[in-house]
Amino acid sequence: MEWADFAELLIAAVSLGSIYALMALGLVLVFGILRLINFAYGEFIMIGGYAMWWLQRLEFGIPWGFVALFAVVVAIVTALALERVAFRQVRASHGPPINLLLTSFACSAVLQSLVMVLISPRSKGILYPPLVSADLTLGPLRIAAFDIMAIIVGGISLVGLTILLRKTFLGICLRAAADDFTMTRLLGVQADRVIAAAFAISGALAGISSVLYFARIGLVRPDTGLGPVIIAFFATVVGGIESLAGAVVGGFLLGFLTIGLQVVLPTSLLAYRDAFTFLIVIIVLLFRPQGLVPGRHIREVR
Amino acid sequence: MLVLEDVNASYGSVVALWGVSIRVGEGEMVGLIGANGAGKTTVLSTIAGVLRPARGTITFGGESIVGESPEDIVRKGIALVPEGRRIFPGLTVEENLRLGAATRSDRLGIQQGIDEMYQRFPILGERLHSSAGTLSGGEQQQLAIARALMCRPKLLMLDEPSLGLAPKLVGDVFDLVAELQDTGVTILLVEQNVAKTLQIVDRAYLMRTGRIVAEGPAYELREAVDIKSAYLGAE
Repeated sequence: MEWADFAELLIAAVSLGSIYALMALGLVLVFGILRLINFAYGEFIMIGGYAMWWLQRLEFGIPWGFVALFAVVVAIVTALALERVAFRQVRASHGPPINLLLTSFACSAVLQSLVMVLISPRSKGILYPPLVSADLTLGPLRIAAFDIMAIIVGGISLVGLTILLRKTFLGICLRAAADDFTMTRLLGVQADRVIAAAFAISGALAGISSVLYFARIGLVRPDTGLGPVIIAFFATVVGGIESLAGAVVGGFLLGFLTIGLQVVLPTSLLAYRDAFTFLIVIIVLLFRPQGLVPGRHIREVR
Repeated sequence: MLVLEDVNASYGSVVALWGVSIRVGEGEMVGLIGANGAGKTTVLSTIAGVLRPARGTITFGGESIVGESPEDIVRKGIALVPEGRRIFPGLTVEENLRLGAATRSDRLGIQQGIDEMYQRFPILGERLHSSAGTLSGGEQQQLAIARALMCRPKLLMLDEPSLGLAPKLVGDVFDLVAELQDTGVTILLVEQNVAKTLQIVDRAYLMRTGRIVAEGPAYELREAVDIKSAYLGAE
């Protein structure tokens, strides 16, 4: 393989990895504080897609940046609404933790049904500006403009999240809540606000992911959320569920595996690419069940 | 200042406190002593709002705090340094202290407070940007106390601050707690180390299996033979 081909593949892998890393981060953020894998997370992405479709259908010719922003806002609102209406009540009832997990499945089903009934069970198309499908030529390299976009958006989001977590008081509260939630409350930090903030950020990451995700497939259906949440879940688990860095590592690993297998697998097996990807993930977990990035310290047992 | 009357509390179906009555006057240092499992931590958890009493009243400064959330109880002026210190290992020393001031909004005052803590606990000042998880047991204990002091509490509750520390550090911790009383903070000290506790507190309550079995001024309790039997569980 020539270096030019390799470079092109690398860029494609980093681009996909960025998208997967964003998805994984949104999932692991809520997990860190609530010890909950929010399976309705895929629906945040799905609703982001529908938000874009709806706005485009409503008003032709809206600047695309606005459409993207709308997707993010709608995803945040959905996440906050779910937290307020569903998760907060279940938390307050002090039941076993599995209730939260079941609630997330229920929310996922409810959101899908709502979309099926209020909009349609059929796929809807989302338009992206032509720039997204364009290719750039850099010497011997042909690079998709979309890949550059994804890498830049992913990078900015990551930097933004890091600044939020390390430099703001909210970030300190979130990190402390992930270490020891009860102790955070014992210092006077309002539990409800911290959790709402975590959901809001999770929604924002889902929204950004949805903008990038739907550029690749262009269609949204009520069950579109299943793919992303599975990817996010696997990325989180293989990367190491105890840390945000783990989610990022897992996302990039899945991105690289997906692109790598695309190249390596014989044509007859290409349809099973995802199966092979997850098979490799399982093998990694067999040797290292705690994930690739170790947790920093022993956590409070809840 | 703090009054518990006839408090019962339980963990699920297991009753841990039976008819506990405790009073802590303003400016006092009161000890709560007893063996492991006597219910001392349960008392603190109930006051702090983590547990809800099944019976009885708890008033602070005249108003009832039963049923309030832990966050609100902190705002009323009660700070808890829990068993095992529970500093945040993923945060730096400074971030831990900032979180201690979560209920305050005066930025200048908070910064002054942090500087005060560095003066009072120089070792924290040296390690202010270190991750709190890298501190030794004794240093973490200082951080936990400093963090609790950041909210300028009226009542400071300490749960076994000497637990797990080397003997020399145990002495240091008790000296530290004794000094704290001079700053005007009211202190409720829970400890298994009966001897050292009775040296520094004004009054103490002795607990056994969820009940108060003895109370009185420290010098009285020092004389009492009952301490040993309650502590060692002999009848």
